Amino acid sequence: MPEQFKLILKHVDAPGYTPDIECYMRHGGYEALKLALATAPRDLPDGKKLTPKEVVREDVKASGLRGRGGAGFSAGLKWSFVDRRSGKPIYLICNADESEPGTFKDRQIIHKDPHQLIEGMIISCWANDVKLAYIYIRGEMPRGAKLLEQALAEAREKGFLGKDILGSGNDLEIYVHRGAGAYICGEETGLIESLEGKRAYPRIKPPYFPAVLGLYMCPTIVNNVETLCHVKHIVTMGAANYAKLGTPNNTGTRIVSLSGDVQRPGYYEIEVGKVTIGELINDPDFGGGLRPGRSLKAVIPGGSSSKVLKAGEVFKLNRKGADGQMTKVDVPLLDLPYDFDSLQQAGTMSGSSAIIVLDDSRSMVDTLANLSEFYAHESCGQCTPCREGALWLAKGLHRLSHGEGRKEDAAYLSHIAQNIQGRTICAFGEAASWPVLSFVKKFRDEFEAKGAADEEARAKATGPAHGTRTAASSNQH
Amino acid sequence: MSAPAIPSTEPASAPAAPPPVETLTVKVNGKTLQVPKTMPDWQGKPQATTMLQAARCAGVDIPHYCYHDKLPVAGNCRMCLVEFGTPMMGPDRKPVLNEDGSPKIAKSVLPYEPGTPRGAIACATPISPGMEIYADSPATKQMREAVLESLLINHPLDCPICDQAGECKLQEYSVQHGQAGSRFVEAKVHKPKAVDLGPRIVLDDERCILCTRCIRFTKDIVGDDALGIVNRGSYNTIAAWKEGAFDNNYTLNTVDLCPVGALTSKDFRFKMRVWFLKETKSVCTSCGTGCSITIGSREGAIQRYEPRENDAVNGPWMCDSGRLNYQWVGRGDRLKDVRVGGLRSTWTAALKEVSAKLASAPQGSVAIIASARQTTEELFLLKKLADKLGARTASVARIGEADKLLVAADKNPNTNGARLNGFAAADLSKVAAGIAAGSIKTLIVFGEDVTKHGIGSDLLAKLETLVVSDILPNATTAAATHLLPGAAHAEKRGTFVNVKGRLQKFIKAVEAPGDARAEWEFLHDIVLGVTGQDGFVSIEGLFNQMAKEVPAFAGLEWSKVGDTGVNVPL
Ligand SMILES: Cc1cc2nc3c(=O)[nH]c(=O)nc-3n(C[C@H](O)[C@H](O)[C@H](O)COP(=O)(O)O)c2cc1C
Ligand code: SF4
Ligand code: SF4
Ligand code: SF4
Ligand code: FES
Repeated sequence: MPEQFKLILKHVDAPGYTPDIECYMRHGGYEALKLALATAPRDLPDGKKLTPKEVVREDVKASGLRGRGGAGFSAGLKWSFVDRRSGKPIYLICNADESEPGTFKDRQIIHKDPHQLIEGMIISCWANDVKLAYIYIRGEMPRGAKLLEQALAEAREKGFLGKDILGSGNDLEIYVHRGAGAYICGEETGLIESLEGKRAYPRIKPPYFPAVLGLYMCPTIVNNVETLCHVKHIVTMGAANYAKLGTPNNTGTRIVSLSGDVQRPGYYEIEVGKVTIGELINDPDFGGGLRPGRSLKAVIPGGSSSKVLKAGEVFKLNRKGADGQMTKVDVPLLDLPYDFDSLQQAGTMSGSSAIIVLDDSRSMVDTLANLSEFYAHESCGQCTPCREGALWLAKGLHRLSHGEGRKEDAAYLSHIAQNIQGRTICAFGEAASWPVLSFVKKFRDEFEAKGAADEEARAKATGPAHGTRTAASSNQH
Repeated sequence: MSAPAIPSTEPASAPAAPPPVETLTVKVNGKTLQVPKTMPDWQGKPQATTMLQAARCAGVDIPHYCYHDKLPVAGNCRMCLVEFGTPMMGPDRKPVLNEDGSPKIAKSVLPYEPGTPRGAIACATPISPGMEIYADSPATKQMREAVLESLLINHPLDCPICDQAGECKLQEYSVQHGQAGSRFVEAKVHKPKAVDLGPRIVLDDERCILCTRCIRFTKDIVGDDALGIVNRGSYNTIAAWKEGAFDNNYTLNTVDLCPVGALTSKDFRFKMRVWFLKETKSVCTSCGTGCSITIGSREGAIQRYEPRENDAVNGPWMCDSGRLNYQWVGRGDRLKDVRVGGLRSTWTAALKEVSAKLASAPQGSVAIIASARQTTEELFLLKKLADKLGARTASVARIGEADKLLVAADKNPNTNGARLNGFAAADLSKVAAGIAAGSIKTLIVFGEDVTKHGIGSDLLAKLETLVVSDILPNATTAAATHLLPGAAHAEKRGTFVNVKGRLQKFIKAVEAPGDARAEWEFLHDIVLGVTGQDGFVSIEGLFNQMAKEVPAFAGLEWSKVGDTGVNVPL
């Protein structure tokens, strides 16, 4: 039986659990910090010696922890890229911008267990010699920002923050910075620009890799809220034990935001890869199935940017056999284990681990039109392909979903999207084009049928003498 | 500077050989070449050579909009996307070889779609050893076409009434790299037109391609935060923080920088199709910096100045006040007639009379007011005259305010040219005293209204002979016994030496009005008449003669002074 594994959400929503520090400490809070500060140096077989901070950094790497913000990049590896020789201060930023449509996990932590995040941050900062850190929180979460401020004040009062933390000789300040309502502020370099007080224009990489030229051109670590919380548990459990959670290369637990056409939308924490998409949708402990009389049409598996999966699809996945040999096996959509690698092999991604379920009552054209409108609105407009392409897509889809479609619109839309992906400054280009590419590819019939129907309707309305109206003569926008 | 070919007994003093330039081997469009590992960035600091720079080394120009040699790299237009490849590495970190022993190249592809080429922006991507740049492969061309199509879908395409037409990168690249048709069938985005950005600039936001050159120049070069972007996505709009607030002394450079017709100069817009302009290399005369400029003229009238790139002087920029200071050249009240005793005369008659008067003037009875607005060659001739006549000389200094970028405090363009020819800036009090005392009976004035500098009309009235050469009328020209109408720099050839000792040539762009003549031409006649020295009938000959006689210019030849000038010892 698939079940939840509550590591991060252990106390969240528990009756009587409150976000204040006293409650947190009654439940063992800040013990991980003390444990981390007491880490002993470690002798390596090759005679080298790791300092306590290096030990924790190594443990995070060994734990296999992958970023929970979207890209699923190894947290320990990211930390190892930090330029520690420049002599410049190292900054850490907690990405609490949580704006990917469908995603509502970080806010559970922020609102219901803020000290867990702060403890994770303090340990991460200590391990990385960070003296100044920021929590960049989405502007639409004013209560969360207030709660974090309060929690920081409490932690400061208890000596977990500020000068000489718990007598360890380490200093740290954490500030909360509120965004002003733009999705692009979640992209780490856009976030950094915004934090610097500028327009959130993502930076070009090279040369502006945050680990080297981040905030104020200093080495900077950007991690997601959930990622930083896991650091606390790695310290408590030990890297090896943590790595036993989940599946190889997809370790630990993960909070899944489940929404759309299921009976029990919500957030569920699972061991990564131990639960399938089908179980997440249908199991009574998770989504509880579709509404009566409905059938599954599609699943957007990792936030609105991820490529859609079609009901009935079968994927070829690499599986290690008992003999250790890799073989390809057929895995139907509902049997896809929910983890980083399986979804990637299925041609999509687990992204921000937000699953949006679409049943047969949904029009794929209308759904995509809705998504594309979001991306057109949120493109920062810095680089040409995304700035012009995102709105172009949205206009085309608006037209198609409002009776002004053409048979060739399916090809037209894919073509536009193809010219965005991989050609932009930041991954928003993919975010804007992947839904279009995948929707049109997998539901091409539906898009073409809609275009054909619109053409026919127009031909009838205007009479054959006038032929078809061109889309250009339509007057939307 | 190359080492002098003088045998030296002191080997230690021989200049050290320049350090060898470290190079990398790359391939551009199939051609293998060595390129320096580092090249200057926008501030001139050595940085890892970019693909765009490497391609230039191979003589390949990768099209670009946002990139500019002298601005921080933005990487936003994506016009410079190119397909590339790098040597494939084996598990042993050694290059994988083809059967013929050449390294196997892995072409860049999308990580999530390995069948699709992935471009990199040439303007910001450093080269690596063995890299291959495919600047005209089908994939590269397709990326360019797509970027151009995107730039054009919301563009108003109002070329027929756009000032940029003819020098527009959107037009040029569309012809070179674009496609004839567009698939766009939606409604265009509309944005503000004819926005009053500042006192000298009008913006058409619909033409803007959002390359941010104007913003980067204003912020990073001038240090003014006046410009920014408002709104989001395709609705992004360049704006001044307050309407009309774009007002520093360098705003017009953004018009040059703007690759399209979005930013226009109020002074020039709707005046002229640029392809009718004759372009002449010249120098700005409004301060001692002497920015290199291009004069755009048509049918004898100056239409605009533009900066001409010269890293030894102004880089690619110039200030607004210098740029707009050209109207006086074409003023209707320019001095056009030679006058003797107030009556219209001829050059032959007037010069004969002036020469005769000077030749017979007693030593010390003549004073000469030279001008640091005159050309170096004119000052050289004037000095000859002064020496022959034992004349007292003076020249008026003009000091104003300098700024941090280009503008010099010295408002004369040729103070150093004057000084190197022996004319020091001095006030006119001694000359005034000489006139008052009656010892100075003849005064020669070039380009100054001396009545504003301590030699009033009453003193001028005491003189027997007042020879004045100027361009525009003033109280001194009105009092002249011999008035010799001169030419503006744009109407003649010559050189100026700027505040840092850069000698620059300028070329004649337009004709002087009426009988006005280049001063060096008639000075030559006077010098001939007074001293008997001849032979400087061409500017080349005159300059070369000066180089022989004046130590600071030793070794120079007119024909060898390039467009950006040479340094002379001050
Ligand atoms: C357009 C865009 C939006 C993003 N939004 C978020 C976000 O809201 N929250 C987040 O944690 N990461 C977001 N990311 C990912 C971040 O850039 C970054 O990879 C992440 O914060 C790193 O943290 P992690 O390694 O712990 O996952 C976004 C990325 C892109 C391209
Ligand atoms: S891809 Fe889109 S969001 Fe990212 S920098 Fe370019 S325009 Fe902005
Ligand atoms: S106004 Fe011109 S220079 Fe400025 S961003 Fe637009 S196109 Fe570029
Ligand atoms: S800085 Fe001086 S020389 Fe240059 S344009 Fe301005 S006034 Fe002319
Ligand atoms: S020139 Fe604009 S991205 Fe390179």
